[in-house]
Amino acid sequence: MNAPIGAGRFIGQRLPRTEDARLLTGRGLFTDDVVLAGMLHVAFVRSPIARGRIVSIDAIAAGGLPGVHAILTASDLAVLRIDMLNFFLAVPDIAIGPLASGRVAYVGDPVAMVIAADRYLAEDAAGLVAVEYAEEIPTVTISDAKRTGADPVHAGTESNEAAAMGDPEDDAIEAVLAAAPHLVSASFTHQRISQSPMEARGVVAARRGGELTVYISCQSPQLVARYLAQAFGLPPANIRVIAKDVGGSFGLKSIPWREEVAVIAAGMLLGCPLKWTEDRLENLTASNHAREQELTLRVGFDAEGRMLACHADYGINNGAYPHGADANIAVMMFLWAAYKMPQFSFLARGWYTNTPGLGAYRGPWAIETQVREVLLDMAARQIGIDPIELRRRNLITKADQPCTTPLGIVLEDITPAECLDKLLEAVDVAAFRAEQAAARAQGRHLGLGVAAYIEPTAGSTGIAVLATDVAQIRIEPTGRVTAILSTHSQGHGTQTTMAQVIAETLGVGFDAVSVFEDDSSRGGFGAGASGSRQAVAGGGAAIRASAILVDKVTRIAAHLLNANPAYVRIEDGMVHVAGVAEMTRSLREIAEIAYGEPDRLPPGMEPGLEAQYRYRPPPITFTSAAHACIVEVDTETGFVSIKRWVCAEDCGVMINPAVVEGQIAGGLAQAIGAVLLEDMAYDANGNPTTATYKDYLLPAISDVPDFEYIHASTRSKAEGGFRGVGEGGAIIGPPTLINAIADALSPFGARCLDTPLTPSRILDLIAGRTSAKRHEAAGPAAEKATMPPPPAPPAAPPSPAKAAVDGLWKMVLATPMGPQEMTGRFETDGETLRGRLDSAQGAQDFQGKVSGTHLKWEMKVTKPVSITLKYDIQIDGDKLTGKVKMGFFGTAKVTGVRA
Amino acid sequence: MSEHHIAVTINGRLHQATVEGRQVLGDFLRVTAGLTGLHLGCEHGVCGACTIIVDGKAVRACLMLAAQADGTSITTVEGLAAPDGTLHPVQQALRDAHGLQCGFCTPGIVMTLAALMQAPAPATEETLLAAMSGHICRCTGYQGIRRAIRALTARPPGEPA
Ligand code: FES
Ligand code: FES
Repeated sequence: MNAPIGAGRFIGQRLPRTEDARLLTGRGLFTDDVVLAGMLHVAFVRSPIARGRIVSIDAIAAGGLPGVHAILTASDLAVLRIDMLNFFLAVPDIAIGPLASGRVAYVGDPVAMVIAADRYLAEDAAGLVAVEYAEEIPTVTISDAKRTGADPVHAGTESNEAAAMGDPEDDAIEAVLAAAPHLVSASFTHQRISQSPMEARGVVAARRGGELTVYISCQSPQLVARYLAQAFGLPPANIRVIAKDVGGSFGLKSIPWREEVAVIAAGMLLGCPLKWTEDRLENLTASNHAREQELTLRVGFDAEGRMLACHADYGINNGAYPHGADANIAVMMFLWAAYKMPQFSFLARGWYTNTPGLGAYRGPWAIETQVREVLLDMAARQIGIDPIELRRRNLITKADQPCTTPLGIVLEDITPAECLDKLLEAVDVAAFRAEQAAARAQGRHLGLGVAAYIEPTAGSTGIAVLATDVAQIRIEPTGRVTAILSTHSQGHGTQTTMAQVIAETLGVGFDAVSVFEDDSSRGGFGAGASGSRQAVAGGGAAIRASAILVDKVTRIAAHLLNANPAYVRIEDGMVHVAGVAEMTRSLREIAEIAYGEPDRLPPGMEPGLEAQYRYRPPPITFTSAAHACIVEVDTETGFVSIKRWVCAEDCGVMINPAVVEGQIAGGLAQAIGAVLLEDMAYDANGNPTTATYKDYLLPAISDVPDFEYIHASTRSKAEGGFRGVGEGGAIIGPPTLINAIADALSPFGARCLDTPLTPSRILDLIAGRTSAKRHEAAGPAAEKATMPPPPAPPAAPPSPAKAAVDGLWKMVLATPMGPQEMTGRFETDGETLRGRLDSAQGAQDFQGKVSGTHLKWEMKVTKPVSITLKYDIQIDGDKLTGKVKMGFFGTAKVTGVRA
Repeated sequence: MSEHHIAVTINGRLHQATVEGRQVLGDFLRVTAGLTGLHLGCEHGVCGACTIIVDGKAVRACLMLAAQADGTSITTVEGLAAPDGTLHPVQQALRDAHGLQCGFCTPGIVMTLAALMQAPAPATEETLLAAMSGHICRCTGYQGIRRAIRALTARPPGEPA
C-alpha cells in the first residue's frame, strides 16, 4: 500500500510542539507528581561495600520509629515468585533479585527497603537499619575481571566472562596484517557514563480494584506492562502502566529494574500504594551505567591507504547485574559497515564486576564509530595522507551499493560519502589550514576534526520486542481524530510528530488530532523509544492506519453522494468531490453517519471509522552523516573550546526538522560531555567517587556551541521515507571532537586514546606523559598474555553416559541478535550422537559425536545467512554449557537445562 | 524536631502551614502546596530545575528551607502565565524556539529567565547566557534555549520586554 503523503502541509514543517504548552506552565504529569490516597514512601538501605556477605540485618530500632510501616528484605519479597528479566524479556543466566539476598555485589546494592509515611521518615529509618557485612575483595575493572584465579563475581560461574563472541585470532587475517604495507594499531579506553536523565527513575504502584496500576518513569508503558506480567506471572489484563511525562531516559529506563520491581512487589504484599522517587545520589551511584569499554584495533592498509584487514579485541564492563549480559556485538556489526573492509575478525567479551550493572545509553555500540574514526586519523598521519582523502578511498559510496558487509548486513542506500561531500561544501578545509598555520605561528592551537558514520535505526529483525509498532486511529463521531500509538516520548515530542503524520495522511487539521501513548491499557504492544525507531516504525504504522481510514471515508462519501471515489478528497477536515462544491461535507457529517446511521453505509461495510495497523519496518533503516568540528586547545590550561560544529545528516524525510535537529543537538551535547567532562569513576575498592553533580560534570550551555545543520533527506524504503535520528549525535559526536583535539595537538605528537580528555589529561598528552590508566592497557601482545586459557579439554568420559545425555533439553543460544531459545533432543548410540534442534526459526536434525558427556556436531543453516554452526557442548548433571562457532559471526555461548 | 508556623504568598495566594524545621522549600511547594511544576533534579543546588522566584529573585528551592520562606512572596512556574492562559514572554520564546524536549529542566530555566527579564532592567543576552550556565538540560544541547534568549533580548528598543 502506498499511503498518500501530501505536499507536506504538516510533514516537514517546524511546528511548535503540543507537549510544550503543559511543560512550560508546570502542568505536566511526571511520576513523582502522582499522589494517591493512603500512599506510603520507600527508601532503600544500600550496601556501602562493593562485595561481601550479609551477616545480619537488624531493623529493630528502625522499625520502632513513628511513621515506619514496614522494613522488608529479600526474604520478605521471596513469598512472591519474581523473575527479573533482561531487555529481551528472558530470564538472565545469573540469579538477579529485586533486593540483595545473602550477598552484596556493588556499592549501592539495595539490601532492605523501608516503608514509611513520608520520605523523610523513611530515610531516617533507613539510616538506623544496622547491616553487618563480611567484606571481600571486589572486582572493579575489566582487567580485574579478566584475572583468572580471582573468585568470580557471581557464585556458580567459572569466570567473570558474561558473554563472548568471536575468536582471539584468525590465521588468514593475521597473515594479511603481518604483510600489510601499513599496520595501524591502537588500544582505546572509554570511561563509565551515567545516563543522567534530569528526572531520575521513579515508580508509584497500587494494587486496587483487581488491577495493578503502575506509574513509572520509562521508555514504554507497553513494554513495562509486558515485563511485569511476565516477571510476576500475572495476566497482562490486570496490569495497567501509565507514564505521561518522562524527564529523559537515554536508555536507562528501557526496562524496570531492581528498585522499581521491589517497590511494586512490596506494594502487593502490603496492600497499599507506594512511591519511590530515585534521588540523584541513588541515580548516580546505584542506577545502571553504560559505556565502560576497551577496544584494540589492528588495521592493515595497502600502499595507497586502502584497507586490507582488521582485527578487533573488545571488552565491556557489565557490572554485577546488567540489563542484559552483553558482549555488545553491535560494535562489531557496525565497526566497518560504512567502509570497504575486505576481511575482519574480532573477539568481543563482556565482564562481570562489582559495580552497578550495564544499561543502555544512546547508541550503546557508539564506540565503534569513535574508535574507527579516531584510528583513521591516526592512520592518515602514519601513512602520510590527508584524513579526508583516506576516508574517500575507503567509504562505501552510492556506486558501491547494493552490497553486503562482512557481517552480513545488506546496504542499499547509505550516503556517508555524499554527506562528507556536502559537509566539505560548508567547511572550507584549505582556508582552515591557513588559519591554523597562522594561529600556530602565534602559539595558538586550532584543530579540525571530521568523522563519518552510518547508524542502524528502527531495526525490525532479531530483537523480538523491537519488531513492530501499532497505530490505532479513530475518526470520532465529532470529526476529531484520536490516535493511540505504541510510541512513547521522554522528550522526543511524538505527540507532535505523530499528529503531523496523521493529519497529513488523513487530510485533517493538525489540531484535530489527539495522540495518546501514555497508558498500556489504551493500546497494543510496542517498545516505545528504543533503537531510534519511532519516526520509522511508529510513523509507518500511523500512515498505514490513517490510509485505511482515508479509504473508508472515501468509499462512504462516494456512496452517499453517488460520486466516483477517484474524485473524493479529504482536505482540512472537509470531504470534497472534485468539481462539485455543493457536495462538500464535513468529516464530522460522514463520521456521524458511519457510527450512527449504518443503514446509509455501503452494503456490508462495518460501521464506524476505526482502524488499526501494526507495521513492521524494513530490517534496518540506515541514517548517514558526516560532521566537522573546529576547536582551540589552550596548551597552558588544557582547556578545549569548540569554535564551530557542522553536521551533514541524511535522516530521510523529516517529519519536523526542529525535532530532528533537537535530537541531533541533544546527542552532540552528550558527546561533548563524554569527550571532555563526564566520568563515573570508581576507586580500587569499588567506591563511586563522583556521587554528585559537583563531581560528575555534565555539559552546560557554555560547553556546547551552536550547531549548523545540512540535511540530505534521501527517502528510505520505510513507509513515509523516514529514517531514525535519535542516537546519531551521541555516536558521531565523540570522534568528531576527539579528532579536532588531536589535530590541534598534532605538533606534540599526542594520541588521544582515552576519554574523557579533561584539562589535566590534555596537559599530560602535551607533556608526553602517560596517564596511570595507560600503564594497564598495553598493546595486543599483553592482551594475549592476560587472556584466560582456553577451556580445558573434557576429561575422559566415565562410560556409559547415555543416561546423562539422552532426552530433551531446553537450550538458550546467546546470538548477536539476543538470546534464542531452542529445544534439543539428544540420542546417543555408542560414539554417535543423533538429535534435533527446534526453535522459532524451525527444526533441524543433526548427527555428531559424543564422548562421555561431551557432544560435538555441525549443522548448516541458511537463514539469515548461509553458515555452518559448530556446536561443542558439555553436559554436567541437569545442566548443559558450551559454545557454537557461527562462521563469520564468531562464537556464541550455549546454556541449557534438562526439560 | 522543631516546628514552625509559616505564612507564604504563593502565586498571589496566602498559604499558612506548620512545617518541620528540616523541610526543604522545594518539598513544601511540591508536596504540601501541590505545585508540582517545580522539579527536583539534584537536590544539591547544581541543576537549577527547582528554581522559583522568591521576593523577585531567582532562588533554588532545594537549597532553602520552608521555614525560611515565612513572610515571603513566591512565584512558581504555575503562576507565570496570564490568567487567560497567555504564556509569559519567556515561556512563549522557549516554545517558539523549541527550547525544551522532556521539559523536566524547563520550569527552572523559565523562572531564572523570567526573574532576570523583569522590568525595569531586563538583562542582556550575555547575562542570560551566563545565568543559564547554572542550569543543566540533558536533552536539548541548549540550542533552543540560546535561540530563545536571543529572541528575548533582540527586541527593538522601546518595546516592552
Ligand atoms: S534540584 Fe535544586 S538545583 Fe537541582
Ligand atoms: S528538556 Fe529534558 S532536561 Fe531539559
